[in-house]
Amino acid sequence: MAEVVLAGRELTKLYRMGEVEVLALRGVDLELREGELVVLLGASGSGKSTLLNILGGLDRASSGRVQYRDQDLSDADEDELTLYRRRHVGFVFQFYNLIPSLTAKENVALVTDIVDDPLDPAEALSLVGLGQRLDHFPSQMSGGEQQRVAIARAIAKRPDLLLCDEPTGALDFQTGVLVLEVLERVNRELGTSTAVITHNLPIAAMADRVVTLADGRVQGEVVHTQRAKAADIRW
Amino acid sequence: MRALDKKLLRDFAHLKGQALTIALVVAAGIGVFVGFQSVYGSLLYSRDVYYERYRFADVFANVERAPEQLKSRIEAIPGVSQVYTRLRYPARFLVADLPQPPVGLLASLPDDGAPPLNALHLVTGRLPTAGQGEALVLASFAEKRGLVLGEPLVAIVDGNACTFRITGTVLSPEFVYPMGAGEILPDDERFLVLWAPRTELAAMLKLTGAFNDLAVALQPLAHQSQVLADLDQLLAPYGGRGAYNRALQPSNNVLDGELYQLQTLALAVPMVFLAVAAFLLNVVLSRLVHLQRSQIAALKAVGYSNLQVGLHYLELVSVMVLVGSVLGIAFGAWFGRALHDLYGQFFRFPVQLYHLEGRLILTAVGVSLAAGVLGAMVAVRAVVQLPPAEAMRPAAPLAYRRSILERLGITGWVSPAFRMVTRELTRRPLRTSLSVLGIALSVGVLIIGRFNADLTNGLMDLLFQRMWREDLLVAFAGPRPERAIRELGHLPGVIRAEGLRVVPVRMRVGPRHRDVVLYGYQEDGELRRPVSLSGVPLTLPERGALVTQNLLEILQVSPGEEVEIELREGSYAKKTLLIAGPIEDAAGLAGHLRADTLAQLLGEEPLVSLGLLTVASRDTQDLERRLQAMPQVLSVSAHATLVDRFEKQSAESIRVMTLFATIFAMTIAVGVVYNNARVALSLRERDLASLRVIGMTRREISAILLGELGIQVILALPVGFWIGRAMARGISATVDPERFRFPMVIETQTYAFAAIVTLAAGLASGLLVRRKLDRLDLIAVLKTRE
Ligand SMILES: Nc1ncnc2c1ncn2[C@@H]1O[C@H](COP(=O)(O)OP(=O)(O)OP(=O)(O)O)[C@@H](O)[C@H]1O
Ligand SMILES: [Mg+2]
Repeated sequence: MAEVVLAGRELTKLYRMGEVEVLALRGVDLELREGELVVLLGASGSGKSTLLNILGGLDRASSGRVQYRDQDLSDADEDELTLYRRRHVGFVFQFYNLIPSLTAKENVALVTDIVDDPLDPAEALSLVGLGQRLDHFPSQMSGGEQQRVAIARAIAKRPDLLLCDEPTGALDFQTGVLVLEVLERVNRELGTSTAVITHNLPIAAMADRVVTLADGRVQGEVVHTQRAKAADIRW
Repeated sequence: MRALDKKLLRDFAHLKGQALTIALVVAAGIGVFVGFQSVYGSLLYSRDVYYERYRFADVFANVERAPEQLKSRIEAIPGVSQVYTRLRYPARFLVADLPQPPVGLLASLPDDGAPPLNALHLVTGRLPTAGQGEALVLASFAEKRGLVLGEPLVAIVDGNACTFRITGTVLSPEFVYPMGAGEILPDDERFLVLWAPRTELAAMLKLTGAFNDLAVALQPLAHQSQVLADLDQLLAPYGGRGAYNRALQPSNNVLDGELYQLQTLALAVPMVFLAVAAFLLNVVLSRLVHLQRSQIAALKAVGYSNLQVGLHYLELVSVMVLVGSVLGIAFGAWFGRALHDLYGQFFRFPVQLYHLEGRLILTAVGVSLAAGVLGAMVAVRAVVQLPPAEAMRPAAPLAYRRSILERLGITGWVSPAFRMVTRELTRRPLRTSLSVLGIALSVGVLIIGRFNADLTNGLMDLLFQRMWREDLLVAFAGPRPERAIRELGHLPGVIRAEGLRVVPVRMRVGPRHRDVVLYGYQEDGELRRPVSLSGVPLTLPERGALVTQNLLEILQVSPGEEVEIELREGSYAKKTLLIAGPIEDAAGLAGHLRADTLAQLLGEEPLVSLGLLTVASRDTQDLERRLQAMPQVLSVSAHATLVDRFEKQSAESIRVMTLFATIFAMTIAVGVVYNNARVALSLRERDLASLRVIGMTRREISAILLGELGIQVILALPVGFWIGRAMARGISATVDPERFRFPMVIETQTYAFAAIVTLAAGLASGLLVRRKLDRLDLIAVLKTRE
């Protein structure tokens, strides 16, 4: 079996808003292995985003441990988390979060500017099929294209981990598939360990492993021996 | 170029309207700072170089007549480094076509032409040769009169005429601000100093082997007050009239006052602008940060550190500030030059160069950067504190509440548009108050700009309408018996003649003293009365004097107490004077008493120093000429001429100040209103677009946004009036209260002017935003998620 790249152990997360406390995670264990593609499923509010944020170093758990290879991130401070994200993690957000004042290429350059040995921005954009749209601004692109720019931005640093929160959430079916194909290709060709959150059950078919969360806990886990091709997925 | 830098430039370009208005406010602040400071620096430099090169003395003294031998004893006073004995004598001069002859001084020039102290700067011509009846004249007078070298000039000294031939014109460090004793305004045409070789002058004044004036240079660490005391003691037996230092030297005193005012303004005014700029940066940047929340979060999520992202926004601020700085420095150099020229009309230096120091520019840029960073700090802190996980979440809707007005049920009948306006205004009370304050500041600055004019008008009204009501003022060559007034009254064309006794004295309480004037008023006098700042004539007490409030404070005495006075003319006797009460009078330091009280105090018959006349016709030329021909008359001045001169002199500075203040205030008003409007627009673009989509007209949505601005402007007016008053008070406080005190009047026109200009600026900003609103691209706004 491949090596564990990222591991979360007994993670809990408590959100406090004034009087109200929400226990978003109630002791979650999750591993992500080298080159693996994991899909996270679960009802709205089950804690998927919270978990992904903690694993990606965007947020800190209330208790439990996070380990990236042999680096313990549980007690990492702000600067260490920043470095962790900068060096190892690529994010794809549901709302793309592109900088509207920068072109596609510049949005990717934003990341390649600050990491060692990145892909060329144009190359990263070619990988997601946008080699012809380098100089377009986000406002001149469709949602799916914007999401692919976001993926190019995430992979341009040759990340060890690619974390995607509902990457197809704002897209129609056809564009969604296009985006999934890109993720699949990156996972295959670059060997990037990938976690994808989704609400679309059929997407789970392309995963090596499917983890289902419910009410802040891992409810179940299914391992696929055979991954479906992204192009064959329908929903 | 790095992608983040590109974002910086594009953000800047996107914000250009706002960036420009902010830059302009910064520019105004830096402009005022650089302008005032550079003029201050230039004048200070001109003065210091002048004083140093021309060896301006440290201590001055005046004496009736002292033997030249006393010089060595003065030199022996510890701390004295050099002594220059000389002759000074008041004189009037006959100039052909001037009905009102200039008054001034005859001064001695060492026979070798080189004074050891207070050296002269030869502007044109040459030094006089001793024994030839030649003399030098003050350049300000010569230039004003178009005096030709070689022309004769007649001086009347104690009634005797002596003729001098002018060989050159000069500047003197003692007359940087050439103004005759007892005048309130300088008049180059009517004040002159003539320097003639000492031997000749001594023979003429019967002062051979003696001196009656003294300039002393001190050693660097000399104990000045001790030297003054020692000098007074040495000179006392010879009719010493009290030594004084540079601070009380008339020309230097005025220069000091002016420099102090410049220095104060140079600090206070730019503060207002930089505060506004900081506030605007805060508003605009906070909005920007709010709009770019998800971008900021994304930057952090992909690995930019807090420092990098924070700096990114600070750089944006710096670019705006730097653009403002460049404009401001150019503008400040222009403003400074204009101001410097204005000063050049009053102050005479041999070399008067306007210069702008690199250090000053650096300071200006540094200070404005600091202000900018300070203003941006709150927003940048928000940037730093924003958790990167925010990138994963959609923007939270803004929290609104029913406004206070609504909760009070006041707005039940109004339109939803108005409700939106009030909710927006009350949702962020701090922001709203700050906006109101910002606009109010511009109202205040406008008031200040015009206040100058009000001040002058108020002072003129007080001086020329309420205090001095005569048509002609006749100065006698010395005190005359009251009979002289009756004689004046019999001249043809004279309707009324009154006398006024004016006695220069030194008022002293312990070590504190000032040279002041005592006025003795005729009992039934109508033309001159003591008048308070509010224009109310005061009744004189039976005993004692009404004394300038400010003087009482300087001497630290209260009504009911007595002060020592030393006459500065005639006998130089010492007396004691009862202070009956304070008076808030407008100009100079003075004591006002009844003529008979004053006569009693001085132990003299009732005498008069001035004759005050009202005349039948406006054309007083003949009468003036007649008066002038009378031997006992020193000078005649027409009220109308004085008013005229006053108006002319103040008009120029009023014009300059009003112009600049208006420019500055417009900058602030537009800066605040426009930026607020743009911020409101961009924060609510989506709401407004949605309203348009559901069927509201452009006019209706404009009303919502512009209504908000309108209310802010309206609220700002009264606040601004108040601020303007306070600032006006502050500015009047920079004027030397020993010279002038002002009636604090701000005319209704000034308030109206400020209100109109602010409303106009508001309207202009509103229209600019309205254009944006009209072009609101509904689809684009609703499609994009910022
Ligand atoms: N910043 C926050 N403050 C308070 N509560 C939060 C916060 N973020 C998430 N929660 C709560 O934590 C719980 C888990 O939220 P999370 O966003 O992880 O759910 P999710 O599984 O991603 O849901 P969805 O599918 O709707 O995105 C929810 O109940 C949510 O209300
Ligand atoms: Mg989620």
